[in-house]
Amino acid sequence: MASTAPEDPSTSEKVATPPVEMFYCGVCTFPPEYCEFGTSFSKCKEWLHTERLDLFEKYYSDEALQAKLGTLSVEAQSKLEKDTAKKEAKAEAKADAARKKKMSSPVIIKRIERNKRKYVTSIRGLEAFDIDLKKASKFFATKFATGASVTKNAAGIDEIVVQGDVSQEVYDMIAEANEGGGEGGGGGKGGKKGLDVLKGVVVDNIEMVEEKKKKADAE
Amino acid sequence: MFKKFSPSTDISGQTPVKSSMQRAIRSSILSSWNIDAETLEAIWPKKESIIHVKCREHISIYTLHNEPLFFQHFDGPVYPTLRLLHKYPFILPHVGIDRGAIRFLLAGANMMCPGLTSKGGRLPPQDAALPAGTPVAIDAEGKEFAVGIGLTTIGTEEMKKINKDVAVESVTYVGDELWAVQKL
Ligand SMILES: [Zn+2]
Repeated sequence: MASTAPEDPSTSEKVATPPVEMFYCGVCTFPPEYCEFGTSFSKCKEWLHTERLDLFEKYYSDEALQAKLGTLSVEAQSKLEKDTAKKEAKAEAKADAARKKKMSSPVIIKRIERNKRKYVTSIRGLEAFDIDLKKASKFFATKFATGASVTKNAAGIDEIVVQGDVSQEVYDMIAEANEGGGEGGGGGKGGKKGLDVLKGVVVDNIEMVEEKKKKADAE
Repeated sequence: MFKKFSPSTDISGQTPVKSSMQRAIRSSILSSWNIDAETLEAIWPKKESIIHVKCREHISIYTLHNEPLFFQHFDGPVYPTLRLLHKYPFILPHVGIDRGAIRFLLAGANMMCPGLTSKGGRLPPQDAALPAGTPVAIDAEGKEFAVGIGLTTIGTEEMKKINKDVAVESVTYVGDELWAVQKL
């Protein structure tokens, strides 16, 4: 960058060395030459082929593959390739299991009676759907003009607690935020009214629960 | 260093850095990295303040506009993040590991002497030998970009002589938990 101070023309002006323009894999985030060590190698290759054919050829042409072997023996290389394939399959199975687990993960909206006609609403399980609990709690607080916070319950799990009985409204909002959208169902109109902070939840998994004040201390 | 590091649970706070501390970090970088003031100015302009992200086990990450640039363990050496090193590869001295060692590094292992002294590995010549405790860029056989950053546990000449046990302690590498953090 040009300096503002007048420079003595006899001394050569020192300039910053420009940075190397880096290009990283859009699938695994590695420099593409390291994709082969990741857990999504075939997807990475496919991606690079469509994004940067020049780099694809640089890394995966026959000559490149030959040169890559370097000092590694052929046996070691084939072991590496087998390992990579195994890792990839494992990662996929894991991701699959995680997806299934996520899709069946429950969300519980509980109406809790605190005092006579005084309620709080707790919402549990949203984090499984990658909902930012702090943002969601702030969203509820604004929407209902009431207090809302993220607190750890007795089991040490974070849940959102909103003052007042807003369980039906919370359900409706989550439902509206996720209507028409299947799994990972694209952006679209989630932006309306800030509902996108609730996007991603499987609405069918929502359970409505009611916790009555114990009779014993109601007297 | 960043194994099992998770930003949501391992960060205790973000605070601005006192100007005296910023000056100390700046001069430590200028004296320990191979970098001129102009290039550092381009990375981290003097008029801009970095943020100290305090993490578990006395790890400090320093960010500028939310982007992690440097990090430090206790008051040890200031390291560039691997992404910063990729942009400015000359800021650290380089060593190289052979292809066989890459997957071990990427699994979090420290680098053993043979991985650096073998035909596919690379160590600086005697007249450019590095002492123990030097932060180094770790290159990999057949690859253009550094795969990680490490700290020499013994001098590079000793590595050649002894040729066993740990030579370079792994600090950060492609795909570790610090790599995964692009914004803080
Ligand atoms: Zn990739």
